[in-house]
Amino acid sequence: MSDKRLEIRWHGRGGQGAKTACMLLADAAFAAGKYVQGFPEYGPERMGAPITAYNRISDERCSVHSYIYNPDYVVVVDETLLSSVDVTHGLKEDGAVVINSAKPVSELRPYLHGYEGEVYTIDARKISEECLGAYFPNTPMLAAVVEVSKVLDPDRFVQDMEASFQHKFATKPQVIEGNMRCLEESMKEVRAQ
Amino acid sequence: MSRRDRLSGNEAVAYAMRQINPDVFAAFPITPSTEIPQYFAQYVADGQVDTEFVTVESEHSSMSTCIGAEAAGVRAVTATSSCGLAYMYEMLYVAASARLPITLACVNRALTGPININNDHSDSMGARDAGWIQIYSENNQEAYDNYLQAMRIAETPDVRLPIMICQDGFITSHAVENIELEDDQAVKAFVGEYEPENYLLKHENPLAVGPYDTSPYYMEHKVQQAQAMKNAKTAILDVAADFARTFGRTYGFFEEYRMEDAEAAIVLIGSTAGTAKTCVDQMRAAGHKVGLIKLRVFRPFPAEELAAALSHVKAAAVMDKSEGFSGCGGPVFADTRSACYDLKERPRLINIVYGLGGRDCAVEDLERVYQYLLRIARTGEEGPVYLHMGQRSLDKEVL
Amino acid sequence: MTRSALDINEQIPWQEITPGGEIAEGGTARMIKTGAWRQNCPVWDADKCKQCLLCAPFCPDSSIPVKDCLRGDFDYDHCKGCGICWQVCPFDAIHMVKEGEE
Repeated sequence: MSDKRLEIRWHGRGGQGAKTACMLLADAAFAAGKYVQGFPEYGPERMGAPITAYNRISDERCSVHSYIYNPDYVVVVDETLLSSVDVTHGLKEDGAVVINSAKPVSELRPYLHGYEGEVYTIDARKISEECLGAYFPNTPMLAAVVEVSKVLDPDRFVQDMEASFQHKFATKPQVIEGNMRCLEESMKEVRAQ
Repeated sequence: MSRRDRLSGNEAVAYAMRQINPDVFAAFPITPSTEIPQYFAQYVADGQVDTEFVTVESEHSSMSTCIGAEAAGVRAVTATSSCGLAYMYEMLYVAASARLPITLACVNRALTGPININNDHSDSMGARDAGWIQIYSENNQEAYDNYLQAMRIAETPDVRLPIMICQDGFITSHAVENIELEDDQAVKAFVGEYEPENYLLKHENPLAVGPYDTSPYYMEHKVQQAQAMKNAKTAILDVAADFARTFGRTYGFFEEYRMEDAEAAIVLIGSTAGTAKTCVDQMRAAGHKVGLIKLRVFRPFPAEELAAALSHVKAAAVMDKSEGFSGCGGPVFADTRSACYDLKERPRLINIVYGLGGRDCAVEDLERVYQYLLRIARTGEEGPVYLHMGQRSLDKEVL
Repeated sequence: MTRSALDINEQIPWQEITPGGEIAEGGTARMIKTGAWRQNCPVWDADKCKQCLLCAPFCPDSSIPVKDCLRGDFDYDHCKGCGICWQVCPFDAIHMVKEGEE
């Protein structure tokens, strides 16, 4: 097992694309030559219900097929989850949590059950609405976690994502540019406070 | 040339189906196998296969459709899970006794109730006596590879039995992982054409299939069916050998992982094997002599081979991902323990029922099992034989 | 391997019986003389019969032969004596007798 194995846990709500972002990260990591796992935890999924998804990314095949209990990074796609879900449970102290929020970290810390590691925020709503004209938080959150974790080379990641969008949105190329701007803005804007 | 890709287990099976291009797909959705007919429907719509895609109104009908099609002389496939498999029950037996080599992709899910969509093996374990060959997969790669081998095993003339290729619902069916995919032409060449000796639509020699069998005939047919299941062992190894020659990945009845000098071993089925391998590596690194046997083929049960593989072990835990409700252990335990009875020196064997309805099993859980086994090996004190793991309890549980 | 219905009998060992009981020919029910099961026997009165042919499709055992649009006498090798033909005949052209009488 590689020491470099990185484990990421996603928290979102059904319909926000947390699972899609998790799968996109697996795609991007695969394109970068990594061994990947991307899998959601399935419950009674409905729009708005809290969902969890996971990534393992490493240089060797990872055979573990359990959930992730001690992630290196946690991504919170919807900050309203903070009051109901213990998102930093098991999160490594030398890791980080990336939260979609316009608030300063000082307002978010009280919800993190004493987590003392790094907290990053990104206003995915603002970026998404500016670049795409609608609220799709998953692309900016994906970019933010790549920027924070450096699990992938950020430049290479941007190139791979462009190729992936061109494939995914072959029938609606007008959205590619917006999504690319989303990525780039998010990587610039994500911050630890 | 094989090609690196990343697919979920369901995508991998649908991809294998596209490459094989079966004649008939009887489709009915049920979580978590729904994606297989869903992906395949896209292949049909895109003209990548010329399969007759039959959207039926129930699983009883999907298996009936497969039976009709296979009897008529073509390859028929379907996919299902849990209650869907249960709803096929009667027809599973018809398929097996009519000796029709149908291929079923089973995406394992707990069989109700209380209602639950997550993984365990209670669906296919309940069908273990139906006369189907059952092969289980650890990950997406094995689901793909096992599926590519399925038809040749099932269609072997002295076998002629239906086959279930199982994988763990959600854990592998919905997890995207790296995979090596084989070339379409190489797959087609490996799987080959289906050429049954006799079939309903062979006009120069019409056939009657599935007659009423009176007592003076029934026993003979059942002995013949039992013999076919024994013959399947040879077919499974032959096809695996050719698969290894062709594609370079090796399969047997089971995989022995670091068993060479193991004092404690776990026997289990499916995706937990991957987690257990990581656990074995960690414990070996700490100096513990532990190993793993991942059972791939459950029907036919490789009794002698498994007993031989366990003969040098001091203590072993058979981990069942289905209850069985015998009151004394799950189905994998029953067969494994029975297989070990003829050994001169038997390992201490315990049964652990775990992972029901999607209850997670992590590396740490398996480490507790190995530590417990090492204690049995050291002290010779076995304690309770039939245990459950992972449940909340008022009492201090053994594991 | 034995495949024809005539070759499948109660002496065949399991190694030689056909897989799944399949039979490599059709229409093998003809070989079973179900007429031996009959307790009541239909009798056809050709003089009363108007050849309306209502009886033939009702017969569950295909034991009323029809040729050139005319029915003939019963196929007593296969008629089980159920009496449906007697019930449906509008012209009293069929009557039932105890098997072995008349």
